[in-house]
Amino acid sequence: MQPPTNPILEVINLVKRYRAVEAVAGISFAIPPGTCFGLLGPNGAGKTTAMEVIEGIIPPTSGEILFKGRRKTASFRDEVGIQFQHTSLLEFLSVRDTLVIFRNLYRDTESLEYLVELCNLQEILSNRNNRISGGQAQRLMLALALLNKPTLLFLDEPSTGLDPQARRHLWDIVRSIKGQGKTIVLTTHSMDEAEYLCDEIAIMDHGKIIAQGSPPELVRRYCHGTIISLPKDRVTIPLAQLPLPAREVNGQLEITVERIDLGLETLLGLNIDLSEMTVHSPDLEDVFLNLTGRKLRA
Amino acid sequence: MSWKRIWTMFKARNYEFFRDTAAFGWNFLFPFLIIAGFAIVFGGRDFSALKVGIFPSPGEQVDFRQSNLPAKFIKTEHLEFIGFPDLESGLAKLKHHQIDFLVRHDSPKPQYWQLTSSPKGYLVERLFESSFVPDDHGFGSKETLAGMEIRYIDWLFPGVLGMNMMFSALWGVGYVIVRYRKNGALKRLKATPLTAFEYLTAQALSRIFLLIFTLIVVFIGADLLFSFRMAGSYLDLLIVFTLGGLSLTSIGLLVASRGTSEDFTSGALNFISWPMMFLSEVWFSLEGAPQWVKSFAGLLPLTHLLRAARKIMNDGATLIQVSSECLVLIGVTLACLVLGATLFSWNE
Repeated sequence: MQPPTNPILEVINLVKRYRAVEAVAGISFAIPPGTCFGLLGPNGAGKTTAMEVIEGIIPPTSGEILFKGRRKTASFRDEVGIQFQHTSLLEFLSVRDTLVIFRNLYRDTESLEYLVELCNLQEILSNRNNRISGGQAQRLMLALALLNKPTLLFLDEPSTGLDPQARRHLWDIVRSIKGQGKTIVLTTHSMDEAEYLCDEIAIMDHGKIIAQGSPPELVRRYCHGTIISLPKDRVTIPLAQLPLPAREVNGQLEITVERIDLGLETLLGLNIDLSEMTVHSPDLEDVFLNLTGRKLRA
Repeated sequence: MSWKRIWTMFKARNYEFFRDTAAFGWNFLFPFLIIAGFAIVFGGRDFSALKVGIFPSPGEQVDFRQSNLPAKFIKTEHLEFIGFPDLESGLAKLKHHQIDFLVRHDSPKPQYWQLTSSPKGYLVERLFESSFVPDDHGFGSKETLAGMEIRYIDWLFPGVLGMNMMFSALWGVGYVIVRYRKNGALKRLKATPLTAFEYLTAQALSRIFLLIFTLIVVFIGADLLFSFRMAGSYLDLLIVFTLGGLSLTSIGLLVASRGTSEDFTSGALNFISWPMMFLSEVWFSLEGAPQWVKSFAGLLPLTHLLRAARKIMNDGATLIQVSSECLVLIGVTLACLVLGATLFSWNE
């Protein structure tokens, strides 16, 4: 049995209040070194605010943040890397200038050649920051976050706006960074991303953590059985008369059954057309929707 | 405090300035255009002349050979005579203050018209009346100042340089910082070990460097074209403009210390710059203005910058002789820098 490791980051009862609005309502968690910790939640759940308070960008209303077991000091910024969700760079600088300038703000830095290759920036080095695409900007932001060889890396929705190839590339980079023993704190809307990258996940809603655990643990804890999906128009009887728990998702009817054989038997007994049926085990998205509801958030 | 980080941000801002070709070009072109415009407009004409309408006259050029006006009046300096065919056309111009005085010159006893509300008309009337009286030299001796006079453009030049410096300092610092706060560029810098003091110092030093660079280029270029009077020391002038640039930059930093609204910042910068434009004697002297206006102008750093610069350029004053103006500029700089650094926020 491995001895328990001291957390690299510990958040204790963190609160951030804006007048009447409590954006972060007393969250606590601890992150062991070398892991990827994901903060998930619907829009407005308080993920980005929590992240920016932890990063030291905005001050907390109350609570404590411990880095390597101690309160954060001035050296915190030398040891962490941050990729913000919304940010910008000096417009008239080239990508190369930007990397050089940010490198000169730190004491100990990564080799630029390594970062350029890792983040695939070779072809845009001479381009100005105001003339690169959204995906290229995201890669540059990631390179900047890695410049100071951070032991702790914050990534706030890093794959937003990326095409599928770019997103896969980003995931590979994050996995390779994690492979180097660095700790990552990630916020995301993408359940695929969270499931693929995160060792531990905290789901936030209304400023609070409503569930926490590894992706398989969360699925086990909050979802049961198997899900049968059918086009809604195949089910001819009213939903209330269906003897199985069911819900409508984007024109599909999702029916949860404890045992697939008994479930199918019941549906066939009701003369329901199963020709376009699909069957899947619950995943993180089901956990997320079960916990945060299906109502659209502003 | 890390000088390496200050130097890094100093270079970054300078790169931005020199690569933003539109803003860069405008910084140099603007003062040239102003000075050239004034040189053209005021170059060959005396706009301070009093305008006297004469009728009847077939054209604007008046033929005085058949005129009954006293020769003394016709030969009076700084009077500009403009011909009109008849009374109606002359009166139309007089009513709109386009001329100051109207006189019929073919009648044996000259008839004239003037607006009672026009001070210039009153002056011409006095000149007109006195031209009927023989000269009398018994009431004083005349001393001339030929060779010592300062052209309007010599007086204006420091004003244009100061105004350009003011706009560049206020907008180049204030507006840019607010824009970077709004789009998140400052937040990205906050995530690094860079401190607010280091960032503000770099911004101030960079702006001073750029202001002085622009000043020298514009000064040399304009001087080659218009040969301005420079009675004092170039080094003293450079020191005065550096102090002036620092004070104006520090005001820009103070305005930009908080806020993310470019519209509000623009309004605040206009609110600060327009009084300086009109009351700091950029374009005209405040001699004769009410005392409260002069007192208010004394609160504006541009007033002190221009007073000192004009004393050096036009009157040959030394740095010691403009030390009071320099002290005001230093005081404004310190007060605004301390307040700006205290209030500064990266992202609020």
